[in-house]
Amino acid sequence: MKKLLGVVTVLVGAGSLLGVAAQNQTPAPATQQPSEVAVVISGDPGTPPRYAIPDFIAAAPDAAAVAKTLGQVLWDDLSFEREFYLIPRDTYATVPVARTAQQIPFDAWRELGADGVVFGTVQKTGTTVRVEVRLYSVRTRQQVFAKEYTGTDSNPRLYAHTIADEVHQQQRALRGVARTRLAFSSDRNRERIGGGVQDRDVKEIYIADYDGANPRRITTNRTLNLTPVWSPDARGIAYTSYRRGYPDLFIAMIYQGVQQEPTKGGTQNWLPMFSPDGTRIVFTSSRDGNSELYISDRDGSGLRRLTNHPAIDTSPTWSPTGTQIAFTSDRAGQPQIYIVGADGLNLRRLTTAESYADRPTWSPAPFNEIAFAARTGPGYDIKIYDLATGVTRQITFGEGSNESPAYAPNGRHLALTSTRSGRTQIHTIGRDGRGAKQITRDGSSYTPAWSN
Amino acid sequence: MVQLMNTRLLVLMLVVAVGAASCSRRQPPITAPAPAPAPPPAAATTLPPPPAPTRVEDALPVPSEPLGEDAIGNRTLDDLNRDSPFTPVFFGNDSAELDDGGRSVVVGSAGLLKKYSTWVVTVEGHCDERGTAEYNLALGERRAVAVKTYLVSLGVTPDRIRTVSYGKEFPFDAGHDEKAWASNRRAQFVITAK
Repeated sequence: MKKLLGVVTVLVGAGSLLGVAAQNQTPAPATQQPSEVAVVISGDPGTPPRYAIPDFIAAAPDAAAVAKTLGQVLWDDLSFEREFYLIPRDTYATVPVARTAQQIPFDAWRELGADGVVFGTVQKTGTTVRVEVRLYSVRTRQQVFAKEYTGTDSNPRLYAHTIADEVHQQQRALRGVARTRLAFSSDRNRERIGGGVQDRDVKEIYIADYDGANPRRITTNRTLNLTPVWSPDARGIAYTSYRRGYPDLFIAMIYQGVQQEPTKGGTQNWLPMFSPDGTRIVFTSSRDGNSELYISDRDGSGLRRLTNHPAIDTSPTWSPTGTQIAFTSDRAGQPQIYIVGADGLNLRRLTTAESYADRPTWSPAPFNEIAFAARTGPGYDIKIYDLATGVTRQITFGEGSNESPAYAPNGRHLALTSTRSGRTQIHTIGRDGRGAKQITRDGSSYTPAWSN
Repeated sequence: MVQLMNTRLLVLMLVVAVGAASCSRRQPPITAPAPAPAPPPAAATTLPPPPAPTRVEDALPVPSEPLGEDAIGNRTLDDLNRDSPFTPVFFGNDSAELDDGGRSVVVGSAGLLKKYSTWVVTVEGHCDERGTAEYNLALGERRAVAVKTYLVSLGVTPDRIRTVSYGKEFPFDAGHDEKAWASNRRAQFVITAK
C-alpha cells in the first residue's frame, strides 16, 4: 500500500502554491512532517461540519473515470465516521463547476449550506496517476488541507481512502479506517467438497476493503475454512481450516504467499486469535480430551494450557494490553462470557443476565468494552459489556440474527454477520448501533475480522 | 429351475436392501415398492422333477446369509457412505448427552464395527443453526466424542474411531423449524477405510 502511493508534497495551511508541487518531479520521501497548525472547519454550534465533495476535475478525458471514482469514494469514506455531514452529491447541480481552485464558487457552496468544500484534480500519464486535493473553509475561503499523491491507476479508490484518513486525522484527530480491510469466510464460489457423504459447500477465506470493494480470495483448498483473524501488522491471517480432514490452524502471509502452520496437525485446533503484539496466539483445542484454551508463540512453540475444566471453553479474545483473555464457557450450564488472566489466574464470569452468550471480542483502546452475541429470541443480537461500569447495552434489535462481532481498529465500528437481508452476510455498524451497512452480497459470508 | 433360483436370489436381495435401508432412519427406502413375488406359487405347481443338484450349487455359489454381508462389504467407500449402514445419533437441544434412543443406535454401530473389523470410521458432530457458529464447533466436538466414548465402552478399539466437529456448517435439513433442527443435531458416521 505504501509502495503504491508516494506522497509527493505536503502542503498544509493557506498560501501554498500548486505550481511548486507540480514541478517537483522527483518525489522525495517526506521524512519530516511539517509542523501542523491545522485550521479546523467547524459547523453550526452543536452540529457536525457540512462538507461538499464535487467530482474531481480530470485534466484530460483519460482521467475521467478515476476522477469520478475519487469523488464518490471520498464522499462515502468521509460519511463513514459520522464526524461530518456530507451534503448529498445530487444536490450540487446548481453550483458552477470550478476547473481551477481560483474558480471555486464559495458563495454558491455557502448557499447550499456547506462549511467545507473539497477541490481535487486528477492527471493521468500512462498508468501513473497524480491526484491533488484541497479542502477549503467556505466561510473564510481558507485552504485548510492540501496534498498531492501519485502512484499507479490499479486501485483509484485507495487515493480517496488515503485522503479520507488524512482529513479525519487532521480535522478531527481521529484514526480513520478507510484503508483497513475485512477478512471473512464465504461460500460465494459455490464449489462443492469432493467425495464425501452429501453435497457440502466449500467455504474459503476472502478479504475485501472495509467498504466491501476489491474482494479477493485468500485460500484455495476447497474444504471448510473459517474464523479468519488478522495479525496486528495486517500482513497475516490466521484461520481454521479442515484441509487435513479436521480443524487445524494456519496462517496465510498474504503478501508473501507463504503458509505457516503453528499447530502442525495431529490435534484438533480452531478459533485462533493473535495477541495484540502479534507474537502469540490463543486458540481452542480438544488435544487433551475436551475443548480448552491454549496459548502458544506464533510458530506453535511454548505451548501452554490456559483453562482446565470438563465443560467447553472456547472463543477466546485478548484484552488490548495482552494480559487478559475473555472467552466462552458453558461451565455454568449455558454458554457465558468469562475473563481470565493470560497466566490462567483470576477467572471471573462476566455475563449473568444472558441465556446464551458467545464470541466475545475485546474493543481496542480507548474504549474498554467487550462485544458478544447474545440469544434474544429465536436468533442473536450483538450486545456490548462496558468493563468500567459493568453495564451492558444492545446494538442490534432482532434485524435478523446477528452474530460474530469484530471491532474496527479505532473501536468506533463493528463488523458482524446478519441475516437481516436474507442470507448470512457481513455488515458493519457503529458501536452505538447506528449506521448499519451491508458489506457482502455474494453467496453467504461468515465470521468477519477487521484489520489494523 | 434356474428361473426359480434367480427369483429366490432377487427376493433375498430385496430383503437385504430393504433391511439396510430401514437401518437409516433419515433416508427414504431406496427400493421402490417391490414387485409382488407372484411367480413362486405358480412355479410350484408346474415344478418338474429336479435335475442334477450340482447345477444348483453352480447357480448359487454364495450361501444366503453371507450374501447380505457381502452386499455391504463389497461396496465402495463412496457407495457405503452415500447409503450408509450406520444410523445417525440424534441429540437434544444444546445437549451432547446420549439418550436411550441414541445409546441403542450406538450399540447397533458397535455391532457393525465388530462385524467389519477392518473398518475405520470418523464420527462427525453436527449442530443446528440455533447455536452460534463459534460455540457450535465445540458442541459438535463434544457430541462426536460422546459417541466415541460409548463405542469404546462397548469394546470398539479407540484407534478405529476419529472424531471431527462441523458445528452448524453442514445441516442435513436446510429448513428453519423444529423438524429440521432435530435432524441437524446429530453425530454421523463416515467410513474412511475398510
